[in-house]
Amino acid sequence: MKEIVNMSRRDFLKAGTVACGGLILGLYLPHPLPSSAWAAETPYFPGAFLKIESDETITMIVSKSEMGQGVYTSIPMLVAEELECDWRKIRIEPAPVAQIYANPMTGAMVTGGSTSVRSEWERMSKVGAAARMMLIAAAVQQWKVKPATCHAENGKVHSGGKTLTYGQLAESAAKMPVPDQVPLKDPSTYKIVGKPHQRLDTPQKVNGKAVYGCDVTRPGMLIALVARSPVFGGKVGNFDASQAKAVQGVRDVVQIESGVAVVADNFWAAKKGRDALDVDWDEGQWGSLSTDAMLAQYRELAKTPGIPARKDGDPQKALAAASKQVSAEYELPYLAHADMEPLNCVVDPSPDRCEIWVGTQGQTGSRNDAAKVLGIDPEKVQVHTTFLGGGFGRRGNPHSDFVVMGAQVAKAVQKPVKVIWTREDDMKGGWYRPFWFNKLNAGLDANGKVIAWYHTIVGQSIMAGTPMEKMRTKDGIDPASVEGAKELPYEIPNILVDLHSPQNGVPVQWWRSVGHSHTCFAVESFVDELAHAVRKDPYQFRRAMLANHPRHRGVLDLAAQKSGWGKPLPAGHGRGIAMMESYGSFVAQVAEVSMDEPGRLRVHRVVCAVDCGRYVNPSIIEAQMESGIVFGLSAVLRGAITLKKGRVEQSNFHDYRVLRMDRMPVVEVHIVQSKENPGGIGEPGTPPIAPAVTNAIFAVTGERIRRLPIEPTYS
Amino acid sequence: MISFKVNGRRYEVDVPVDTPLLWVLRENIGLTGTKYGCGMALCGSCTVHVNGHAVRSCVTPVSAVADKEIVTIEGLSPDNSHPVQQAWIEEDVPQCGYCQSGQIMSAAALLSANPTPTDDDIDQAMSANLCRCGTYQRIRKAIHRAADIMAAGGKK
Repeated sequence: MKEIVNMSRRDFLKAGTVACGGLILGLYLPHPLPSSAWAAETPYFPGAFLKIESDETITMIVSKSEMGQGVYTSIPMLVAEELECDWRKIRIEPAPVAQIYANPMTGAMVTGGSTSVRSEWERMSKVGAAARMMLIAAAVQQWKVKPATCHAENGKVHSGGKTLTYGQLAESAAKMPVPDQVPLKDPSTYKIVGKPHQRLDTPQKVNGKAVYGCDVTRPGMLIALVARSPVFGGKVGNFDASQAKAVQGVRDVVQIESGVAVVADNFWAAKKGRDALDVDWDEGQWGSLSTDAMLAQYRELAKTPGIPARKDGDPQKALAAASKQVSAEYELPYLAHADMEPLNCVVDPSPDRCEIWVGTQGQTGSRNDAAKVLGIDPEKVQVHTTFLGGGFGRRGNPHSDFVVMGAQVAKAVQKPVKVIWTREDDMKGGWYRPFWFNKLNAGLDANGKVIAWYHTIVGQSIMAGTPMEKMRTKDGIDPASVEGAKELPYEIPNILVDLHSPQNGVPVQWWRSVGHSHTCFAVESFVDELAHAVRKDPYQFRRAMLANHPRHRGVLDLAAQKSGWGKPLPAGHGRGIAMMESYGSFVAQVAEVSMDEPGRLRVHRVVCAVDCGRYVNPSIIEAQMESGIVFGLSAVLRGAITLKKGRVEQSNFHDYRVLRMDRMPVVEVHIVQSKENPGGIGEPGTPPIAPAVTNAIFAVTGERIRRLPIEPTYS
Repeated sequence: MISFKVNGRRYEVDVPVDTPLLWVLRENIGLTGTKYGCGMALCGSCTVHVNGHAVRSCVTPVSAVADKEIVTIEGLSPDNSHPVQQAWIEEDVPQCGYCQSGQIMSAAALLSANPTPTDDDIDQAMSANLCRCGTYQRIRKAIHRAADIMAAGGKK
């Protein structure tokens, strides 16, 4: 095994030989955040990122979870671009938990924050390029020719009339020096990256072969369902298991930290057993919690100054001097992720080891949190990442709640066990997008120019109480609470954004686009209100405040132009525009809606402009924009988790309704051609759709929607 | 003992008669392509064909399929050659993929009853199948494409 340190003064390559002959290559990157997650870990290398074997098999060990965002396709494209091989033949192996696989942007193995491509572009390109250089070096040595006579193409090295395959060269390539300089291609010469390609994982997703966490079985495995307190933070008081144990197929009923687990031979027995279980709950302090009361409390809080997140100029003075003041309040509900695959986890314990199969967005956390429950060293826990039946943030829980629950049950029964959450467990199980209240106040001068902007945000901090709190929360500001509001791009001389972070026992978590999911609705609705207040076109009004923000302007112009902004529409139709920068990408959307009869809303068309810098696969960019828009539309039209007497009122898809085919608008995606650094793509499509739709409703009806979801006002 | 055929093969299972077909397929027979999503026939992830009709297996007691012929996603074709599977690949429909078995089984049932569906027909037949990744636009395109493949004789 060879190492070259200081390749670019901050990372280093490492190469080795696979057992059956061949080349393996890894690239270490330093992690931006020092993390105790890796304490005492033995450096891991077998496999690293790329394996080329003598039978021509090329395998990428992928550290990111595939949850629909297409990373099992993007990574092979990036590697193959530099490696010069048939990327469609590259095999994918999910990475084990090891520090080398940490997300360079977070320091732990995390698939989230729209980082899959952003964090891997350079690293995977270098791995591919270095492997190609070593394969060529091996050919040079074998043929005794000058390197300049050699070139690599389609999995082979050529020189004059001579040809050797990568498989033939792999073993000797592993003995070549690791290059200390790895020049990368000029993106203008890319042959694979930047072109639309079909995903590699599609064939196994159309015949039932793709394996998700719920599909894993182990010899002798039992199935468990867990009864949990109907009130967050509640504990088991007494329980009577006799009826549950009488159900045919129920093997055991055990109390665990999370509740009471019914362990059975199969799902149906576990379900019937749990239905028959009689538990008295000690509800704790949150048994009277209600979202109605929370709204009243938040509204009062918003009247008082919060902790400033941004202050430019003197907003109070400017407001007082303004010739016109406009103010508005916007409320957004708790939202469930409602991944199509309800949460689950398979845990197979042995006396001093443990194997876990799970669709997780956070392998490091899953491993470490399970190890804590099991009382063993984290290195003794092996996490096998399956496909994820949706992520959207839920499968990246900061406490690995669903993995911890699996470990608790396995510890109690000391047998392989699959803990399955029913849809109701998943819907009522917490970890929602926070409930948010936004209050905005603006001052305009006599020419209709905005001179003051005061935005107060009230809502729970996601970071509070998590292992990341100390690292991420600064001066009382959780950046995820104010993102999108703090970075307001509009050129206004006096700006104040402040924050209240009340706590109330409802577990909250990142939900696709996180803080942007609420700030975009507030900011882009309010800007629209200001435009109408001074009788200006909402698109031109925004544009005039973005003179020094060319990428914002770029997507705004593109969306307006492609949507036919300003052109006549059929009677009863209207357009709304909104935009936001998030995760390094810029997205503007124009929604076209109609009221075909009073109160009956239809979203017909969404035109989406996205500038995500350089990109890997435009087909996936389009899919992710469509996906983000549908996810946001479900929320804006119908999504709400409400609480009464401490209990979540929704339970399944009949009362937590999401978008179905019959309400799907036509979505058109236009991608800005750009040489900028790559931005994220999984989340940025979601924020603008809510205000684009409500701004369009205003254009049709003159009625301003300030409370989401839109239903029951419009159906 | 309840006896039925799955993908052309006869099975006999000894389970409580109220056990949903979904769990018999997944746990007793080992065909895990059919997915659990809601348990209330609200999401369509568990869709299979029973005697040629699209059925939500999560609310179908196994006793109701005695002596019937069931086709699951695994039995649609041996090699991804069913027109709906071909179209799904060509239109690059799946994202996370979890709902797609159900989507494909619903689409296949629609097309065998109506080989040239309109957008309204598709809305009607497919609105019982949820997708949180938002692949609806591509599903619509893929169903039209599958209809074209079938019309061109692509059905085996």
